[in-house]
Amino acid sequence: MTNLWTDIRSADLVIVMGGNAAEAHPCGFKWVTRAKAERGARLIVVDPRFTRTAAVADYYAPIRPGTDITFLLGVIKYCIDNNKVQWDYVKPFTNAAFIVMEGYGFKDGLFTGYDPAKRSYDRAGWDYEIGPDGYAVLDPTLTHPRCVWNLLKQHIAPYTPETVARICGTPREKFLHIAAMIAETSAPNKVMTSMYALGWTQHSYGAQNIRAMAMLQLILGNVGLRGGGVNALRGHSNIQGLTDLGLMSELIPGYLNMPHETEPDLASYLKKRTFKPLQPDQISYWRNYPKFMVSFLKAMWGDAASADNDYRYGWIPKLDIPMYDVIQAFEMMAQGKMNGYVCQGFNPLLSFPNRTKVTTGLSKLKFLVVMDPLDTETANFWQNHGEYNDVDPSKIETEVIQLPTTCFAEDEGSLTNSGRWLQWHWAGGDPPGEARSDVWIMAQIHLRMKALYAKEGGKLPEPILNLDWRYKDPADPTPAELAREMNGSALEAVTDPQDPAKVLVEKGKQLPSFAFLRDDGSTACGCWIYSGCYTEAGNAMARRNNADPGHAEIYPGWAFSWPVNRRILYNRASCDLSGKPWDPTRKIIEWNGTKWVGYDVPDTLPTANPETVMPFIMDAEGTSRLWARGLMVDGPFPTHYEPFEAPVANVLAPGVQGNPAARVFPDDRADFGTATEFPLVGTSYRLTEHFHFWTKHDRVNAMLQPQFFVEISEELGREKGITDGAWVRVWSKRASIKAVACVTKRIRPWTIDGKTVHLVGIPLHWGFMGLTRKGWGPNSLTPVVGDANVETPEFKAFLVNIEPSTPPTS
Amino acid sequence: MDAARTMTVVRSSATASARTTPRFEDEVTKLIDVSKCIGCKACQAACTEWNDTVQPIGYFTGSYQNPPDLTANMFTLMRFNEWVNPKSGELEWLIRKDGCMHCADPGCLAACPAPGAIVQYANGIVDFVHENCIGCGYCVKGCPFDIPRYSAAPAKAYKCTLCSDRVAVGDGPACAKACPTEAIVFGTKGEMLHHAAGRITDLKSRGFESAGLYNPDGVNGTHVMYVLPHADQPELYSNLPSDPHVSPWVRVWKGAAKTYVSLAAMAALIVGAVVHHAAGGANRVSEKDEQAAKKLIEGKE
Amino acid sequence: MPEGISRRAFLGGSAATLAATSLGAFGFGAAEAAAATSIRPFKLAGTIETRNTCTYCAVACGIILYAKPAAETGGKRVITYIDGDPDHPTNRGTLCPKGAALLNFVHSPDRLTVPRYRAPGESSFREVSWDWALDRVARQFKDDRDKNLVTTNAGGVAVNRWITTGFLAASACTNETGWLTFKVVRGMGALVFDNQARV
Repeated sequence: MTNLWTDIRSADLVIVMGGNAAEAHPCGFKWVTRAKAERGARLIVVDPRFTRTAAVADYYAPIRPGTDITFLLGVIKYCIDNNKVQWDYVKPFTNAAFIVMEGYGFKDGLFTGYDPAKRSYDRAGWDYEIGPDGYAVLDPTLTHPRCVWNLLKQHIAPYTPETVARICGTPREKFLHIAAMIAETSAPNKVMTSMYALGWTQHSYGAQNIRAMAMLQLILGNVGLRGGGVNALRGHSNIQGLTDLGLMSELIPGYLNMPHETEPDLASYLKKRTFKPLQPDQISYWRNYPKFMVSFLKAMWGDAASADNDYRYGWIPKLDIPMYDVIQAFEMMAQGKMNGYVCQGFNPLLSFPNRTKVTTGLSKLKFLVVMDPLDTETANFWQNHGEYNDVDPSKIETEVIQLPTTCFAEDEGSLTNSGRWLQWHWAGGDPPGEARSDVWIMAQIHLRMKALYAKEGGKLPEPILNLDWRYKDPADPTPAELAREMNGSALEAVTDPQDPAKVLVEKGKQLPSFAFLRDDGSTACGCWIYSGCYTEAGNAMARRNNADPGHAEIYPGWAFSWPVNRRILYNRASCDLSGKPWDPTRKIIEWNGTKWVGYDVPDTLPTANPETVMPFIMDAEGTSRLWARGLMVDGPFPTHYEPFEAPVANVLAPGVQGNPAARVFPDDRADFGTATEFPLVGTSYRLTEHFHFWTKHDRVNAMLQPQFFVEISEELGREKGITDGAWVRVWSKRASIKAVACVTKRIRPWTIDGKTVHLVGIPLHWGFMGLTRKGWGPNSLTPVVGDANVETPEFKAFLVNIEPSTPPTS
Repeated sequence: MDAARTMTVVRSSATASARTTPRFEDEVTKLIDVSKCIGCKACQAACTEWNDTVQPIGYFTGSYQNPPDLTANMFTLMRFNEWVNPKSGELEWLIRKDGCMHCADPGCLAACPAPGAIVQYANGIVDFVHENCIGCGYCVKGCPFDIPRYSAAPAKAYKCTLCSDRVAVGDGPACAKACPTEAIVFGTKGEMLHHAAGRITDLKSRGFESAGLYNPDGVNGTHVMYVLPHADQPELYSNLPSDPHVSPWVRVWKGAAKTYVSLAAMAALIVGAVVHHAAGGANRVSEKDEQAAKKLIEGKE
Repeated sequence: MPEGISRRAFLGGSAATLAATSLGAFGFGAAEAAAATSIRPFKLAGTIETRNTCTYCAVACGIILYAKPAAETGGKRVITYIDGDPDHPTNRGTLCPKGAALLNFVHSPDRLTVPRYRAPGESSFREVSWDWALDRVARQFKDDRDKNLVTTNAGGVAVNRWITTGFLAASACTNETGWLTFKVVRGMGALVFDNQARV
């Protein structure tokens, strides 16, 4: 989230699209109900289904899954056509005025630079024109035909209300009603917030869905303000934290990148990441990248990392492909190219697409290690459960080691919430039986590996033998010790660059923030964006001051918010070029003539002149980006594509089906179904009674929603002879499952390009373990293809068929 | 204020000495704002966790409503109704949290033949005292909202206590505590009436012209009230009665308490019920019981 | 420290807050009065409170774990009730249907209590000791790493890449667990490494 949960209270308009906040985040949704009740805010819901969020919305419109870009570009077009643009924000604070290199074009669904053989773009042509002074060329009058604003207007021209209706199935008048409501927030004192979740990410163009909303919010001037922003409602208690900490194939803590093998040394790696400003006087904060990276390497290997050995950059594994994401991993597994897999609190048998392929992959492993508080489907993938898991254990040669872990109630540490708060918690009970913490288990694995390497030798033992491990009890590091490592400390005295005699942080002390990091090996820091979480002043994550200065709803004394306890990202943009808040009733910070002051930590240098230093300090431009340059692999603007399995052809570009830059493995492509055989759109989702596959082990939640069901419209029920509460069979190109039908008015067919299209809604909470009735998840049916940029599977739009059936036999 | 006074029993079933028209002191009220309710069932989860009830895991029967009805272990239930508003042509998903209304004039208490099995406190809470319950089922018949439910073992009636154990220590009910969207709020009746008025104004500003409060006169008002967007049609909300009142047969007790004349006749009914109970059958009020009661009323009044 | 932190009343004026403060004014403080009638004794009396965070979604509601003192439960601290933390700025004491039922997650009959091993081709797990299980994991890792770690690529660049064993990290684990997991996993050279954020 750019903002935070409580801040939603300050919105005038809330749009929930690509998510179902009331259902998946009920306590966060409280701030929507408060905004409605206490300041008269309105709530818009755009969703394929009439959800629990829609039940309390002021206005609801249906949309076909996978067509959000069309809808959002339609709204952008409406705003521009009706001059509902916050010009004083757009002109200086976005890259609207930047001129793009000559040669860029977009035709028949493809941007320039496409290579069909590689399914990828040469993105070099998607950058700005650079002037002789080394800075980007701008046209503040926005008249140059190649300035970003004019390219945008040209790009969105096809997205008329009629096109929106034709592609999305949203009735024209409903679309126009919503567009008009949204457009009103272009006024400086009207703010909309966007709340989205996996309804936007789980598409082969998921990242572009979110870009489309970000662009709309920028055009309306709603980013950086209280009650505004683009807010990803993250699904797990620490999914934000694990992303921040780089527990992803291509990441290093703090959103640094894992190096590629084309970057053989630290210098070549850092050279690509210098991020020189593209306009004069801009901060371009990523210029500090070397400080973050060197301090990270020092946190990994301590004294063994020094300038003369490149800080052990060589020990960091190097990628040869963009990433080894989970789709890649299960492809390798299915091909017999992997031997081991560890699932720490993760249940891939129900989480990854095409369960048959997941089972095949796991069955080809030599060993599977499962660390979990619960007895999961994945740990039991080899066990026969009749129709629900039809496998033959005697034919599965994978050995499984199942390790019982503690759960939240029995451990101590911090979790990072969706609003970037790191909150500390304490153990309230003792673990059951012999269950142990994940920290203890990981430490044990490391120490045992280390002992084996010390004893037996082996391949490249140094990174393991030298891993920095200065914990009081090496067998069980404390959460406080680990938090202090993440925060970072001074290995040598940190001095003032202007005055080397002045010591800013004494040797051995915790760093106050990442501003004190150095790239000379004198500081260590596990995760630079977390710096400040555990300083000499103590554990900031454990703070519990819930005072609310200025009734700004940001609670700066509660826990710690990264970065540097800032609560609203881009808050500098809440003020105009003179540093005055766009809306005085929404003051969060302001320029007092010499520095920035206010309730929040300013998202700029404290003395940055508002007229010269632009608000988006992480970007080399100093501005936000309506044009993504080459930073998105599938285009500088979002554009409409159909899902890989779609009921209709791409009406805007009939030759392009699916995101042309998305990676597709041949075996998975062969498993895609067509609309002739599978005419119905399937989509997956959560229900409020359950959390993924965990709460089916909780008897209360199991009671509240006991059995797998699928949802269809009354129209489809009539057409197929399916009645409410009856058994049905749902099948895709990949598998067939059975469920009880829920025939409901909350789902209605759409008219898409003149054709009636039906939805089958498939909630995701059941499996063959736990206390509920046995069932299946949507992942049995879903295709294997991910988002072009980040490989999140396309779970939200695929093709199925349905017919009346009988109960499962087992 | 004095807890001993506010939790004082002001009315008790089958007990003539209790005041028949209590003066409520510091009345507590739970207000359920249907327009803020997202149907998440946090109230159901909180209710079962606080009250340590165990409701068996059932089946999906074609609706999100689970269990399908109130039970002796599930004192509150989200009821779901998909309604197309004929005026707008738009779907409205009407979700109502069902449970005991804690009536000012409780039909269950009036109907109960077991001395002290149902009590009403000075703050308005109507509570079942299970050690005194004989499992006759009259409370079910007496309730105009169809709330109390039986458990087979022990054969007694159960319903929401408004978390009398929490209220007794100055807390609110577990459902109100949990409610994520603050659709359920708890306080004095005066505060809740004031809060409801504000909510109704907001709803009217959003086009719900018939928004209003549900606090029915037929039972002298309730200590659980609803804010309804369509207050002119309460039955849209899963058959919330538009004019609930205590059914005629329970007036028998009124008569009995007043005059003692028909005590013998009532005693016969009680004996019947106890015998029925002993035989192990479901202790529902039979058609015959009801006829007998009606006859009694008609004979006396 | 987690226990005994004083509560601070919110200044905000929502109805729920109003209600809560007014209830305090009722003065229903005397549990003795309740006991005099049929009212159930207040079940949180005498419990120890610990601050925690809900383990489900990323709203991260503050919760309070109530436990009987270990002395009363055979030396083990057993959680008897879980409720929303009224001091928490986001959830203000409320919980969703998952959060409100956390107690039965903690005490689920499906909680694992001992390490178990399923040998190739077998149709059931058998219980093993921690030592045996951890030695087995370390052995498997080392054998696979020694066999398949790519130290240099075709061009002679040091790549230190281990892609035959993969790791999925848990998005309900703490940051501290995450950081330690990162160190151990990357330290071994693993690239097949993701968490739930991917899906």
